[in-house]
Amino acid sequence: MFALSKRSLIKLNVNQEEYEVFIRPSDILLFTLREQLGLTGAKPGCYNGDCGACTVLVDGLPVKSCLMLTAEAIGKQITTVEGLKDAPIQKAFIEQFAFQCGYCTSGFLMVCHALANRHPNPPDIVIDEWLQSNICRCTSYEEIGNAIRKVLSGTCK
Amino acid sequence: MIEDRPPLARKKVRYYGEPIALVVADSDFTAAKAVSLIQVEYKPLPVVNSPSQALEKDAPVLHEQMILYHLTSEDIYPELNTNICDRKKIRKGDVKQGFAASDIILDSTFTLPQSDHIAMETRAVHARIDADGTVFIKTSSQTPFSVRESISQTFNINLDKIIVEVPFVGGGFGGKAPVQLELLAYMASKAVGGKEVKMINSREQDIASSPCRMGLEATVKLGAAKNGMIQAVQITYLLDTGAYSDVGPRLIKAMIVDCTGPYNIPNVWCDALCVYTNHPYVTSFRGFSHASSAFCIERMMDKLAHALQMDPAEIRAKNALQPGNTSPTQVKITPSIFGNLTACIDKLKALINWDEGTMIEVGNGKVRAKGMACLWKTSNSPPNAVSGVLLTFNTDGSINLNCGCVECGPGMKTTAAQILSEKLKMDINRISVNMEVNTKYNPEHWKTVASMTTYMVGRAVLRAAEDVIQQLKNLAAAVLKCPPEDLEVANEQVSVRQDPSLFLQFKDLVHGYQYPNGNSVGGQILGRGSFIMGDLNLLDQETGAGKSGPYWTVGAQAVEIEYDRKDYTYRFVKAATVLDAGKVLNPKMAEGLVKGGMCMGLGLGSRESFSYDKDGKVLDTSLRTYKVMHFGETPQYLVEFVETPEIDAPYQARGIAEHGIIGIPAALANALSLAAQAELDELPLTPETIWRIKTGGCS
Ligand code: FES
Ligand code: FES
Repeated sequence: MFALSKRSLIKLNVNQEEYEVFIRPSDILLFTLREQLGLTGAKPGCYNGDCGACTVLVDGLPVKSCLMLTAEAIGKQITTVEGLKDAPIQKAFIEQFAFQCGYCTSGFLMVCHALANRHPNPPDIVIDEWLQSNICRCTSYEEIGNAIRKVLSGTCK
Repeated sequence: MIEDRPPLARKKVRYYGEPIALVVADSDFTAAKAVSLIQVEYKPLPVVNSPSQALEKDAPVLHEQMILYHLTSEDIYPELNTNICDRKKIRKGDVKQGFAASDIILDSTFTLPQSDHIAMETRAVHARIDADGTVFIKTSSQTPFSVRESISQTFNINLDKIIVEVPFVGGGFGGKAPVQLELLAYMASKAVGGKEVKMINSREQDIASSPCRMGLEATVKLGAAKNGMIQAVQITYLLDTGAYSDVGPRLIKAMIVDCTGPYNIPNVWCDALCVYTNHPYVTSFRGFSHASSAFCIERMMDKLAHALQMDPAEIRAKNALQPGNTSPTQVKITPSIFGNLTACIDKLKALINWDEGTMIEVGNGKVRAKGMACLWKTSNSPPNAVSGVLLTFNTDGSINLNCGCVECGPGMKTTAAQILSEKLKMDINRISVNMEVNTKYNPEHWKTVASMTTYMVGRAVLRAAEDVIQQLKNLAAAVLKCPPEDLEVANEQVSVRQDPSLFLQFKDLVHGYQYPNGNSVGGQILGRGSFIMGDLNLLDQETGAGKSGPYWTVGAQAVEIEYDRKDYTYRFVKAATVLDAGKVLNPKMAEGLVKGGMCMGLGLGSRESFSYDKDGKVLDTSLRTYKVMHFGETPQYLVEFVETPEIDAPYQARGIAEHGIIGIPAALANALSLAAQAELDELPLTPETIWRIKTGGCS
């Protein structure tokens, strides 16, 4: 198994690009993305796995980047909101008024984007389960629900 | 208000989470290490753990030195050697007579906990001091100009030497209106020779150390005639302001101003006390105390309806304030100032299908119940609150709108652009508004709070628009050789009314007009608009009489739940709001704001609260223990508007950003009280609370 024992130079694949970064074994992915790669789309809201504002995709699945060590991300494909280029869910968020302050938005976008890719036709209970991982304090959530449903139904491309 | 809080605790720590020391280091990592090396020994002091305890005869006094504190406003009345830092009163009519004339008198007490804003972005600040002494603060704040003021006053630095910058703010809800971390960040930077320091609250600090939402204990006595007409109300509010007062005195003022709810009650006695406890200190929160005061009065309305066997909607409509009545502070009600509550109630009833019955058995021990609550709120902004707008043109005729309000979610900058585009009859996409705020370059805007931004900035925008219209017309008149009043401005053109084929484009005017021979006249067109709140006044100390806001926004809300008698659980079915918006300027935004407010209100009603141990230590300091609403738990939302023009407001629009939250906890409690057949007079209403109230706590 792979082990890091001290500050080391590693390779990360983020948004289809290779980066070399110096990390401590204890660095979390959220820190590396924001502070070292300047990708500030993933936001800290709790550093505890409770809010989802830091969500990124790791090999296509949503992961809270505050709960993942950077070292664990080596060899994986990481996608941050900066890597979403005009994804249908982004348009749907604008059309459905699915954000106000926008702080939670990148996290929700990543969850929704992955959901739409993984489960093109999920029952409501699956949508609820996926999106319950994140908190939005501004909207009523209904708008976010409308946005993901627009994408799932193919009415927002 | 009352300068009672040092940036770092001195001699005495008054609440769990109070900052006592700062560590500055090159990295988080090193800082954390250094913090672990600090050893603190506390000598435990007796604890004041609730406002009623704070008023007991032998209660420890939190601020022995209150007499020395500087008061920043004249209408604050601290009671020395007690924990009461301010008291506000309403004396209107004669309550004795009112109760004597009543056929029924109801008494209740209410307990509402402190809770937290939980903006998704925790508070964060950067600070540095440049070599020439300029202090630079970048902060997540709703009040950049107050930050500057506060730094200036606290550290005795000239205002022109302080620059405060605010980027997009990740949610505020009132929690980013006070100034706290900015002072600490300045001190930290100062300690390291002015180097840039960065301070970011952890979620735990954001909850426990930074200010939170008020708690309340209240007693209400309500008297009414048999026909349901209310005769008198007597209210005592004990506001838990925590260890420091911050805007506590303003919160109790806001409570007394609207203490009756939007009802006509001729005889009112109200005492609101702002009380120190050893809890985290409180600050503004969406609704500015109104969700709490509405809870008390709206529960009373339901109790009254129940006691008289009347329809709760009918009793509200019957008592609704009408033109010619007066408010608790004796402001005369007019349609423009107040709006139309009866119309809101009617519309709400239709929206939520009220007349099908407020309680319906659905089988299996479950019941569906509906509860209603009305709301009103005025702004409580100081009379000297200002706003300003500057307009500059680009050479292609497009406009830069420069204003000092902060964007924290409600889209007020979009609204400002809308107002300008409407006034100048031009494409909104040709107007750009500064998103960041910088106190050096943007005109002062009082604070981005109180649902007053559209009103204040909007009026400044209209004045600035008038200003540029005048200048454009004057310049065009000289060129076109006609009187300015014969000209019209639209579509980035100034044209002759009688012959629109004669026109000049903005782009040929806004940076001066150049004649074919090269001569140029005019110069840049710069627009300015300024606004001050103006005709408000401080309330009379004894009677409370006075005007504290320019107008009210009124509304009616309802919640429908499905309640399970077996285990006291429930789920939300519907939540509905009808607000009198005056005029809806941006329908999607208005609906979004109201829905978001309702969602937050359901959180307050059902789960959000601080609990403390016996030492007053807050126990819910993470999002794992402090629960907010999540996706999939929400009801169907219904939002509609009534439009009674506010004649002084920009395009008659009333503020609506806070109001969605105000009546929801009360409407929820009314629905659940009906369903559970219990008097649910506290929050939050968890199944456990309902079980305890219903059974007395014995299983
Ligand atoms: S910061 Fe990762 S879940 Fe909140
Ligand atoms: S938009 Fe502000 S937290 Fe979701």
